Amino acid sequence: MKDRLKNLDLITAFLWLLRAAIILVVAWGTFKTLLSNPYTSRNWLDFIIFGIAQGSMYALIAIGYTLVYGVLKMINFAHGEFFMSGIFTATSALAIPLAASGFMDQHPLLSLLAIGLLSMLISVGIALLTERIAYRPLRHAPRLMPLITAIGASFFWQYYFRGLFGSQVRPFPTVAALQGSIPFLNTTVLKTHVLVVVVTVLALVALNFFITKTRAGMAIRSVSENKDVAALMGINVDRAISMTFATGATMAGLAGLLYALVYGQVHFFMGFIPGIKAFTAAVLGGIGNIPGAAVGGLLLGLFESVGPSLFLQGLGIPAFNQLKDVIAFTMLVLVLIFRPQGIMGERLAEKKA
Amino acid sequence: MAMLEVNNIHTYYGNIHALKGISLEVNEGEIVTLIGANGAGKTTTLRTICGLLRPREGHVKLNGEDLAKYPAHQLVYKGVAMVPEGRGVFAQLSVEENLELGAYSRNDKPEIAEDKEHIFSLFPRLKERRNQVAGTLSGGEQQMLATGRAMMARPKLLLMDEPSMGLAPILVEGIFDTIKNINAQGTTVLLVEQNALMALSIAHRGYVLQTGEIVLSDTAKKLANNKTVQKAYLGVD
Repeated sequence: MKDRLKNLDLITAFLWLLRAAIILVVAWGTFKTLLSNPYTSRNWLDFIIFGIAQGSMYALIAIGYTLVYGVLKMINFAHGEFFMSGIFTATSALAIPLAASGFMDQHPLLSLLAIGLLSMLISVGIALLTERIAYRPLRHAPRLMPLITAIGASFFWQYYFRGLFGSQVRPFPTVAALQGSIPFLNTTVLKTHVLVVVVTVLALVALNFFITKTRAGMAIRSVSENKDVAALMGINVDRAISMTFATGATMAGLAGLLYALVYGQVHFFMGFIPGIKAFTAAVLGGIGNIPGAAVGGLLLGLFESVGPSLFLQGLGIPAFNQLKDVIAFTMLVLVLIFRPQGIMGERLAEKKA
Repeated sequence: MAMLEVNNIHTYYGNIHALKGISLEVNEGEIVTLIGANGAGKTTTLRTICGLLRPREGHVKLNGEDLAKYPAHQLVYKGVAMVPEGRGVFAQLSVEENLELGAYSRNDKPEIAEDKEHIFSLFPRLKERRNQVAGTLSGGEQQMLATGRAMMARPKLLLMDEPSMGLAPILVEGIFDTIKNINAQGTTVLLVEQNALMALSIAHRGYVLQTGEIVLSDTAKKLANNKTVQKAYLGVD
């Protein structure tokens, strides 16, 4: 025991102290919150439901980060803009006119399908364009270059769409059929939240089928392991990479529609925070791992929603409800320090070349 | 006309002149081996033939057609498959998925299924592990998988890069028997090997590669009896 303590270096000791401190703070906050008991069980259930709905959106966006990281080992920081471009265009060019003409109220399902399709289509188009113009020429460049390019592409699309549709916040038309809530256990759930969860589950099932069972999915998986050998099998690597971007962008476009339904508004800057949050979710789940992205998204949504009230309120922190972003990014930092491979990722050192 | 004709190729890694004018020929039905020490350029030659590297000079012809205009992923459609160096199995995919990827260039489903069963009958170990991810296989099993995967493309020409690397001697014999069988069934083989003794024992002809140049070429029998080759590569004094 004494020997062990002697061998403990300063950084390890500090990390252990940090771990202990975090656990202590969280436990103490939780204990104090529960002691003062400000919420009913119904409130808690509401937090959880909201967390799941929010987490579902993060999960859908996180898929894009993880897929692209899988094939290119690159963080595509423009992914948040793929998410924004789709729904921002679909809202401005389709949803608002549809609502104004009254078509939306008569055929809500048809309208939402059309808006969702347009959103996914635009997201995919922007993603393919970005990949072709900005990333493909840098395929063999040092890894920092595509990263910086991605940040540049992100700004480019933000301001491109601001130029296109303006800098004001655009309200997403309310869909009468999705107003109100339905009873669930001893509380009620907003219909939009039900829709978010159902659509996310369906999308993830479809994605799983696509990746594991189809020819294109096999091509994507083999390219993410070894591009040269995949080419020897007859797989067009460039096309498989485009397909990867398109798949991620499809999910992002869909998440865009869900986001607009839940928050009721879109704007040119809307991709930034959800993008970074989804990146956090992907890292949390283990970047490169597809089920990990889904799990990471869900967990992040839950932590954000339940965390402030559970850990922070009891500590007497003012305006604790404003601190959900702090929780999300603290989690990112902690994951990077303590478990860089994420929940479901493998250790990079163990990965066979 | 030779099936594969490599004519005076010069390949570079940046400024490093790795292949200094390699020429070789493989005729239909042959097993031709390319032997040489580590770093002689054996793998570079294979990678240049299959289009993963491009020669700065010279050309590679398959049945008289220059391959320069084809990207690497179209080679398999021309009937060329490769067992890459270090086996290159897709570690996170199952054994069966690896084999199916080998047949990615084909779309005759019933025959693909037949070929898969054929591979399983050649390598029963693979059948036992068909649902296991390939990364969990032993080195010998991965070599079987890489070979089976290449066969799934029904190649006319099979390029093999050091199939004996890192395998126990008893497994090496098994692999070389398999190569002989594959050849007997009509597939032409270009075999790159460090294990010169084994390679020359099954090959018809051989080339000796030294620092990017072919220094000797002859029938396998004559090479195996050549004093210089024996000294340098066969460990015979």
